[in-house]
Amino acid sequence: MISSALDGKMTPGPREITSNPRLSDKFFRAIVTSFGFSALIILTLIGAFLAVRGFQIFKSEGLHFITGFKWDVTIDDAGEVTYDMGIGAMLVGTILISTVALVVGVPLSISVALFLTFYAPIRIRTFLISIVDLMAAFPSVLFGLWGYFVLMPMATYWSKLLYKYLNWIPIFDAPEKFFERSPFIAGLVLAIMIIPIVTSVSREVFAQTPLDRVQAAYALGATRWGMIRTVVLPFGTNGVIGGAMLGLGRAFGETVAVYTILNLVFRPNWHILYGAGGNIASLIILKWGEATDLETNALLAAGFVLFLMTLGVNMGANFIVGRTLKSGK
Amino acid sequence: MENPDLLEEKIMSTDPNPAASSSAKPNSLGDISATRQANRQPGNRPLGSGLEARGIHAWFGKNHVLEDVSLDFAAGTVTALIGPSGCGKSTFIRTLNRMHEFIPGAAMAGEVLLDGKDVYDPGIDVTKIRLQIGMVFQKPNPFPSMTIGENVLSGIKLAQLKVDNKDDLLEECLVRAGLWSEVKDRLGAHAGGLSGGQQQRLCIARALAVKPKVLLMDEPCSALDPGSTLRIEDTIVELAKNITIVIVTHNMQQAARVSDYTSFFLSDGGPGQMIEVGPTSQIFSRPVDQRTENYVSGRFG
Ligand SMILES: Nc1ncnc2c1ncn2[C@@H]1O[C@H](COP(=O)(O)OP(=O)(O)OP(=O)(O)O)[C@@H](O)[C@H]1O
Ligand SMILES: [Mg+2]
Repeated sequence: MISSALDGKMTPGPREITSNPRLSDKFFRAIVTSFGFSALIILTLIGAFLAVRGFQIFKSEGLHFITGFKWDVTIDDAGEVTYDMGIGAMLVGTILISTVALVVGVPLSISVALFLTFYAPIRIRTFLISIVDLMAAFPSVLFGLWGYFVLMPMATYWSKLLYKYLNWIPIFDAPEKFFERSPFIAGLVLAIMIIPIVTSVSREVFAQTPLDRVQAAYALGATRWGMIRTVVLPFGTNGVIGGAMLGLGRAFGETVAVYTILNLVFRPNWHILYGAGGNIASLIILKWGEATDLETNALLAAGFVLFLMTLGVNMGANFIVGRTLKSGK
Repeated sequence: MENPDLLEEKIMSTDPNPAASSSAKPNSLGDISATRQANRQPGNRPLGSGLEARGIHAWFGKNHVLEDVSLDFAAGTVTALIGPSGCGKSTFIRTLNRMHEFIPGAAMAGEVLLDGKDVYDPGIDVTKIRLQIGMVFQKPNPFPSMTIGENVLSGIKLAQLKVDNKDDLLEECLVRAGLWSEVKDRLGAHAGGLSGGQQQRLCIARALAVKPKVLLMDEPCSALDPGSTLRIEDTIVELAKNITIVIVTHNMQQAARVSDYTSFFLSDGGPGQMIEVGPTSQIFSRPVDQRTENYVSGRFG
């Protein structure tokens, strides 16, 4: 009987394996899927909204919207509206402030991450990690107020020192000796605000350091710091860069803290110690209240530029962090 | 095993009797080992340092994994540690250069004497100990972000040692590790591009660069093909002229080929113990303990 069945040589095609999911399963699946995509959908909708509303300005101002630095809207007696709007000064300020934040904040975060991963006793570690995480949830207006009232007096003094000894370097120069409410001080406050994100990404990557390399370094008579230098830091570089970029994304978009501290002017200022500067997010807050329809559209266009910058930086960051964690390099 | 016995065995080992053992058991492991010992040049004063483990116990948390192991590694000898998986061989050699203490919850008791000085002495600089007692791991672990040359010299840099001529040292170590001819034209290439066997020899070269007196090797060939294994065995035999070597291996032939002494470890469910140590030819041809006999003849383990 069996052999005759074999003689028939009926090779069956591969069988499709399916099962009818239960109704409740389908329902749950639909809910989870839609929530899963909601982040993407919301992000796309926001981007589209900004792009559509800003389109008018992009069309009439063109590249001038990026390079120009005036923010004038005039209505003459005939009711004719002329305007000249550009976010150049705000872009310069955004870049300066973010740079200060990174230069100060990233080394601090790396130190904190190294301490937490390799030096802190287990109890102190858990405690400090929760403190650092708490910092991330802290309202930024409080950072701003603290920066204004507590940090600024000290930072003004540091600014004077920097100016005194380093003013031969263009960015440490200043047209007048007015050091309060400068991009430097705003950057310092932002530096503190990006510590949680940069620290937690760095910590995660440092903790993934392959144990065999760590042991190899110790077996060669390395001190702990020697081991960190030869093994942990080379391994963690990409992760730290990615974390720094996530921090940069945060710094780009920070509004309230910067707005509290910075002396907003519509003039490009490349001198970080000098009390004048800009920031796209603060511009939007500043002008929002009394904006005409036209101006509102311009602000939304500025928002769109910020949206693209942040998106680009974050995507780059995720790419770099993901690559490190996957490749184990 | 007490020290006097060991001394006696050492005397025996310098005067092996290949004829007797080969007539008794032709092609046996004991035979290979005897040949290997006969091949060692007489009058070549061993350098290296003596290492002595006294009453070593080891724990992981509450788990007692090693019980009262005493072993004497005379200067310039190769000692193979054999035994079934999980009997504590790795744990034992990691206590010798103080790598054991990196594992959270790990504890040990006993003494490890390097040239008569306890390496666990509180006043001692543990990084100096690890410089003198080098280690080669089971899995090749070069530093992938460094070039081949940088890898070899990484220990020098880490310990901030002064070297007169780095190029000479680099060549010397790579030659001794049997890798020079294969990499001499690409010392600036990244170490990750080497084959597994080459990486392992690179790790040996890296361990040699800091001029250790003792070299611990934990199954250095277990991840390698037979060709690479033989090359590393040649390297070990060559190195043994001036370094004291302790090697863990599951490969009996390897133990027979490279070692002067063999020590058998066993755990009977409880903590691992050192059952027997003796000249390699003796352990493989006429061991004292029945359990050793069973293990080397492949009856268990
Ligand atoms: N990191 C660790 N934490 C807890 N227990 C461990 C650890 N490492 C080893 N052990 C235990 O200690 C005992 C001895 O392990 P060890 O690695 O020394 O054995 P081994 O003889 O080297 O075995 P193998 O031949 O498989 O390498 C085992 O029972 C093991 O489970
Ligand atoms: Mg082992």
